[in-house]
Amino acid sequence: MINRREVNETNEMIEKENLDVRTITLGISLMDCIDGDIKNLNENIYRKIYDSAKDLVSTGEKISKYYGIPIVNKRIAVTPIGLIGASACKTEDDFISIALTLDKVAKDVGVNFVGGYSAIVSKGMTPKEELMIRSIPKALSETERVMSSVVAGSTRVGINMDAVRLMGTVIRRTAELTKEKDSIGCTKLVVLCNAPDDNPFMAGAFLGVTEYDRVINVGVSGPGVVKTALEAVRGQDFETLCETVKKTAFKVTRVGQLVAKEASERLGVPFGIVDLSLAPTPAIGDSVADILCEIGLEQTGAPGTTAALALLNDQVKKGGIMASSYVGGLSGAFIPVSEDQGMIDAVNAGALTIEKLEAMTCVCSVGLDMIAIPGDTPETTIAGIIADELAIGMVNSKTTAARLIPVIGKGVGDTVEFGGLLGHAPIMPVNAFSCADFVNRKGRIPAPVHSFKN
Amino acid sequence: MSKTIITVVGKDTVGIIARVCTYLADNRINIEDISQTIVQGYFNMMMVVDTSQCEKHFGDMADELSALGNDIGVIIKCQKEEIFDQMHRV
Repeated sequence: MINRREVNETNEMIEKENLDVRTITLGISLMDCIDGDIKNLNENIYRKIYDSAKDLVSTGEKISKYYGIPIVNKRIAVTPIGLIGASACKTEDDFISIALTLDKVAKDVGVNFVGGYSAIVSKGMTPKEELMIRSIPKALSETERVMSSVVAGSTRVGINMDAVRLMGTVIRRTAELTKEKDSIGCTKLVVLCNAPDDNPFMAGAFLGVTEYDRVINVGVSGPGVVKTALEAVRGQDFETLCETVKKTAFKVTRVGQLVAKEASERLGVPFGIVDLSLAPTPAIGDSVADILCEIGLEQTGAPGTTAALALLNDQVKKGGIMASSYVGGLSGAFIPVSEDQGMIDAVNAGALTIEKLEAMTCVCSVGLDMIAIPGDTPETTIAGIIADELAIGMVNSKTTAARLIPVIGKGVGDTVEFGGLLGHAPIMPVNAFSCADFVNRKGRIPAPVHSFKN
Repeated sequence: MSKTIITVVGKDTVGIIARVCTYLADNRINIEDISQTIVQGYFNMMMVVDTSQCEKHFGDMADELSALGNDIGVIIKCQKEEIFDQMHRV
């Protein structure tokens, strides 16, 4: 029988430590919507998503009430539009019409984001995928809720440098088209290596072609819960530290598993995975950087940061894997800058640089995330930063990503305000030496030797 | 049928249990266990209840109990037992 101490512990986590289910993401395959006519395709997409997701938000709210746990976001991830639009789209505007359809249906069913305005071009791009990628700046500037991602590398096939170079241009163009709003379009665009098919978190969520027709993936969070648990073991040895993180991750993941199963049952949609990521928000006490400080760093970025993050990431997985048989997605610690007050403080204190963040992405779950850089950063430099990040993922067989925001009209010393979950960020300096001759080479970086496992 | 856990937390005052129990009785909710304590003037109670005879939707019941809590000046939460079971039992 449950006792009062356990009930109080759970409710304190929810009320004081920001424990929540960060997202229920309904994956919807659009493969059966494909049509050679763009008008029919848009109608098919609208109908499939609307019919699949019309009860998603109300069901999430009912489950939230049932267990007394906040479910912050209800979202949709669809099959990459680079595939779905290939037959019907002849122009960039055709692709943009699909983005507008996704935006409309997202508003009509009440979800805050729909992910999947995406192309998977790890080795090469089809002409239609290239067209779709070139449409991203306009698509993101004309929509509110559409999220876009481009997968430009993997451990198995290497890095598509033609796509990386193109993304340098696309990110810059997206920034320019949304410059009135601090280049906010770039917060909805990510370049990935080794992207999972079942990631529930934005901006990289899409439904891979290996997936169900419809599937529920749930992302849990809880940096504040881990931080509070670690406060109780301050100064104790590493074994105690690890045990504490594992136990906490177990509890948090169990909540996600419970919510995922309940949502699956109520919506009549198969349960896919729980993504047990520590996803920070700008709210005070909901920070991964604060956990690193609690482990023993004066500021995130100090020597020891990479080791502390490696430990944290590993223990989160070990605790979470015990709690759910189907763990997937990104699962680990996110280290976005603008969405984490502790990271922002570390940047402002001069403790944290892009180079240190890059090192940290070798051991955390994703990559360079929500980093505002000077608006005059050259396209080739943006592509160079992306290439570095994808190389880390390729060689280490892990997901990495870059979500960079060149803020047009602003430079180092300025700050940007995106608002809401996207937070605010100081503009970080970028190494000013050129990589143009490297990035401008045509073709791709071959797969690493350890990919030959057959 | 799974059980529901009701928690009441807040500054102690006269009649908290009476008012909560009256609401439960009026809605045919059976109390199966009560554990309650007062620490430094703060009231902390947990009830295990069976809502299978209650005709209201769970969400409405939770809202009404929360409103009752506001009226008394305490926080009343109403949650299905599984969330605690899942978190605290392997």
